[in-house]
Amino acid sequence: MATPPAALAETLPVAPTRDGEAGRRTADRPPGEPRRVGYLYLIPAVLIFGAFTLVPLGHAVWLSFFEWDGVTAGKWVGLANYGDVLSDPDQRTAFVHALVLVVFYAMIPVIIGLIIAGTVARTHVRGFTFFRVVLFLPQVVAMVVVAVMWRMIYDPNDGPINEGLRAIGLGGLAKSWLGDFDVALPAVGLIGTWVMYGLAMVLLTAGVQKIPRSLYDAARVDGASAFREFYAVTLPALRGEIAVALTLCTIQALRNFDLVYITTKGGPGDATSVPAYQVYERAFTTGAVGSAAATGIVLALLIFALSTAINMFAERGTRR
Amino acid sequence: MQRMRWMGSLVAIAATALAVGCGTPGEDSSDDSAAEPKPAAAAKPDIAKAGDVTLTVWDQEVRGGPAKQIKELNKQFQAKYPNVKIKRVAKSFEDINTTLKLAVSGPKAPDVVQANQGLGVMGQLVKGKLLRPVDDYAKVYGWADRYPSVLLDLNKFEQNGTTFGSGELYGLSQMGEIVGVYYNKKKVATPPTSMAEFEAALAKAKADGDVPIQFGNLDKWPGIHEFETVLGQTAPKEAVRDFVFQRNGASFDTPEFQAAATKLQDWVKNDYFTKDFNGTGYDPAWQRFAKGRGTFLIAGTWLTGDLADQMGEDVGFFPMPGENADQPVALGGESLPFAITSKSKNPDVAAAYIDFLTDENAAQVITETNNLAAMKFDVPEASSPLAQDVAAAWKTLGETDGLIPYADYTTPTAGDDFGGAIQQMLAGKLSPTEFTSEVQGKVESSKSS
Repeated sequence: MATPPAALAETLPVAPTRDGEAGRRTADRPPGEPRRVGYLYLIPAVLIFGAFTLVPLGHAVWLSFFEWDGVTAGKWVGLANYGDVLSDPDQRTAFVHALVLVVFYAMIPVIIGLIIAGTVARTHVRGFTFFRVVLFLPQVVAMVVVAVMWRMIYDPNDGPINEGLRAIGLGGLAKSWLGDFDVALPAVGLIGTWVMYGLAMVLLTAGVQKIPRSLYDAARVDGASAFREFYAVTLPALRGEIAVALTLCTIQALRNFDLVYITTKGGPGDATSVPAYQVYERAFTTGAVGSAAATGIVLALLIFALSTAINMFAERGTRR
Repeated sequence: MQRMRWMGSLVAIAATALAVGCGTPGEDSSDDSAAEPKPAAAAKPDIAKAGDVTLTVWDQEVRGGPAKQIKELNKQFQAKYPNVKIKRVAKSFEDINTTLKLAVSGPKAPDVVQANQGLGVMGQLVKGKLLRPVDDYAKVYGWADRYPSVLLDLNKFEQNGTTFGSGELYGLSQMGEIVGVYYNKKKVATPPTSMAEFEAALAKAKADGDVPIQFGNLDKWPGIHEFETVLGQTAPKEAVRDFVFQRNGASFDTPEFQAAATKLQDWVKNDYFTKDFNGTGYDPAWQRFAKGRGTFLIAGTWLTGDLADQMGEDVGFFPMPGENADQPVALGGESLPFAITSKSKNPDVAAAYIDFLTDENAAQVITETNNLAAMKFDVPEASSPLAQDVAAAWKTLGETDGLIPYADYTTPTAGDDFGGAIQQMLAGKLSPTEFTSEVQGKVESSKSS
């Protein structure tokens, strides 16, 4: 953002930069309304947020320090559950799988979205609203339905993918999509791509529409190629939208449970096991509640770290 | 400033953790009810004189036949004892397994619950002393005479909650289950009576261009059933039982267990299973068999009703034949046992209810509603020929003591561990020796943790 002119800056209330100026701050405020009372208005929201988010979160942190089966008295084990997350090969591979899924859930959808957005920016597509609605549809369908449907699509014997491949003479490419140890994870990931690219596309094309036409006109006058135009005008202008799309899609990728639970149960072997599935398994079926809580907290921290990183990257760009 | 805010939120989270934690989880639930010893029942209590009682029952008999029989028996029990009101809470198998622990340890615990066998559910409830042993009632009502001993063993637990198959009895099951071989009668005239004959039939089916065994293993657990069905023929039944109950130092890593893996891998190499079975769902596989595609299907008796409906006279059932045709060994067991909670205020009424659900009249109701009664009563035959095959197999297996238990009972994590390892073994990623040592390793690490 450019610095405001000096005259304007004087009329705006500017936050003090030094502690010594704190006394002057109160005098600047509009009269009649002591500020502290404002916190009272926060109480209802804070109570609800506290009861339904902070307290459960705190409780999960507390549980993660115990070895607890959910019934008998737990045993304090300190940070041992967190140590297991790092040292247990099952859990480590689950986190690696989650990061692979980020590529399919976040990277690829955003790239597809950018390609569509770049195209829309250059030309006027007739009936684009219609296409946008159709492409967005996967987002609207419940994840459980998506998973059940894709299980049928991927069926190695009667599924449309393999039947289609055989029909056009490419039977050699037909695969046991969800049953092959090397293909299963990308196969699950592609379902994620299918679900998420609609969201990325809607965000990015909406962003493109608020870029001033004059920028494109100027680029064309300067003789910019299509690629140059995309790189110099569209991409920088979309930085904020890209950050939002990446954040939403990454969170979806990391907390992915339903898709894996319904399509593969983490199989074949452990080829598609992810942290969220491990949390469910441990908490509800194998009676390792403390370990489940620790895995969940680590997963939450990872999500937090990745989203912060994405947003810092986007903000740095806007300040430049 | 930014950093300060960070620190602030971390402190806040830590403070909430301490504030809401306050105390070791689960500590308060394990002491009160168990401390005072309750009087053992010495004679059949008279329920009619028990006064007005509401019995809360959690069951998972929500599907077709099972739901019909429990509703009928509940109605009959309330008619017999008008002073007793049954409050039924029906949940799916998954729901009851995941919510039972919280319900039974809470202040308003139900009186009677269906607690799944093995270490996952029943073991943890026993460890928390949340279930009441029923050996005294078993003596009073003569429950031991109703069941083959292996079926009673499945509902027994040592007090520590980590060893099962022996110790105190905690409940009774109503229905039996066998995992055996369904066959299409249009393609197979007479069922094979030995493993060699079975394999010859597989070769013939393949030569005819059919799928010899319909099999879908995408859901991970079905492979356990295929494996143990073969294991029953390659390993002594006592060795399998010892392994599942983890007694007598039994191990999974033995030549007999490897032989079962070798046989299955041979079948995979010979294309005797559905192509790409690891990527095929369980339901699509048996539905294809029901539509006439495929010669055999290795599956449990829970499919009997559906297959009889869809295939009518064209489907039959036999336990996997081994060396000795009169002594079949099959994977099997029983439905979830009805158990009494420690917090129940009316254990006498609860026991009478469980007795009523498993007596001769109940066996008849269960059979009439096209289920397989687990009890040893002579009741009129079921109507469909397939159900008759199943009942005959159940009777033989009961008389010759031929049932081996599900391997998923072995440890809390066994279902997922074994299912995954069997997928790898069937895909040829693990050799039979690697497979058995991998599974044994997982069992040991699960026990030590």
